[in-house]
Amino acid sequence: MNLTLKVWRQKNPSDKGGFKTYTISGISSDMSFLEMLDVLNEDLSDKGEDPIHFDHDCREGICGMCSLYINGQPHGPQQTTTCQLHMRSFSDGDTITIEPWRASAFPILKDLVVDRSSFDRIIQAGGYISVNTGGVPDANEIPIPKVISDESFDAATCIGCGACVAACKNASAMLFVSAKISQLALLPQGKVEKRERAEKMVAQMDAEGFGACTNTGACAAECPKEIKLSNIARMNREYFSASLSTENV
Amino acid sequence: MSWVSKTLNSTLGKKLLMALTGLFLILFLVVHLAGNLQLLLPDEGKSFNIYAETMASNPLIRAVSIFNFGFIALHAIYSAILTRHNKKSRPVGYAMTKGSANSTWSSRNMGILGSLILVFILIHLRGFWYEFKFGEIPYVTYEGVTYKNGYAVVSAAFENILYVIVYVVSMAVLAFHLSHGFSSAFQTLGINHKKYTPFIQKVGVGFAILVPALFALIPIIMFLQSS
Repeated sequence: MNLTLKVWRQKNPSDKGGFKTYTISGISSDMSFLEMLDVLNEDLSDKGEDPIHFDHDCREGICGMCSLYINGQPHGPQQTTTCQLHMRSFSDGDTITIEPWRASAFPILKDLVVDRSSFDRIIQAGGYISVNTGGVPDANEIPIPKVISDESFDAATCIGCGACVAACKNASAMLFVSAKISQLALLPQGKVEKRERAEKMVAQMDAEGFGACTNTGACAAECPKEIKLSNIARMNREYFSASLSTENV
Repeated sequence: MSWVSKTLNSTLGKKLLMALTGLFLILFLVVHLAGNLQLLLPDEGKSFNIYAETMASNPLIRAVSIFNFGFIALHAIYSAILTRHNKKSRPVGYAMTKGSANSTWSSRNMGILGSLILVFILIHLRGFWYEFKFGEIPYVTYEGVTYKNGYAVVSAAFENILYVIVYVVSMAVLAFHLSHGFSSAFQTLGINHKKYTPFIQKVGVGFAILVPALFALIPIIMFLQSS
């Protein structure tokens, strides 16, 4: 395959940045999108140019490290992570536009790499359960209905890649935050702190400067882990009931 | 900051206000439509004029109408606040976006649709509400009681084809706004369940088609009757 790539290049967070066009040939349709970029980077290194910086880690679609806004969609045209996107999704002669996630809460570090530590700070604000260590509890000591554990697990599959923020016209992090609130609020272990958690995580989300939700559904449609919009409704319920019932006046 | 203002100033709280005011305005549309449809009764506006007078003199309705104006203003002001916040959340946009791949056109353009509706409301208030209240309006007598002849004002206005077109186009805009707004309001309130969300969405689509269509029918029929 022969391709034309329009790639966002930016030296550092304060650089203005701009698109640079590259042509690349001899790409196999079996390659993953990141492998295609590896080929281009080898080429750039050979020429003594600065390779394109992009985030990646496991390349198995489970770590949430890879990003890239490809041809107007986060993680490209397939509903999967960029590392699991293959070149067979494109045609010979295509022009592919590659941009970083765009959000004020995800500042660009270099080229296509953005700083997603705002997600970490949201988790630190309350996305955990406070359990003192001790003996291992007996299996089946706490009964949890299968449907509830399934729903919680569905929410827990969120890998925190930020595609929801990238897809949202408002750069809103509602799908991410709601998945994290839901996975814990559904289970007995997480229920204990669910009110304070909802208040603190939403407050942190707002402090980071993420946008509000217009319920367009773009986040869920683009989420590589298919996190459902019903989580956002649950977060709204949790947050509003928390603000009516917690002791925080 | 008290807990109330803290909640309402969060992104979720602002959306809650949008949803609650939006749902009230949806309810208002139904009442307004019920009144308007009386314009089409073949009694030269008698039912409509009596209805209008009854509404205007009822203190409860007058109180509700003040709330209604307030909610329209709140809905518009909060949408402006939210739009500004959302723009700040993405100061640098994408060179290429493919919104149609993941969302409906109306859901992505609620602000534009809403602004057009606001312009329409202003035209509408100037043309009818202001005329009814403060304009020089003809009177009509039914069974010895004198009423303002609002029907005459409306039917005179809808002799103008341009006015009719403005109304019909505005109702199309309202239809698109409602097609997203109706079900979106329930989602914001946290009502999302596989038992009733499909029902809410169907009712929303039906409402978005039926209500604006009936509103638009009135100027069209009155224009045809006049010519």
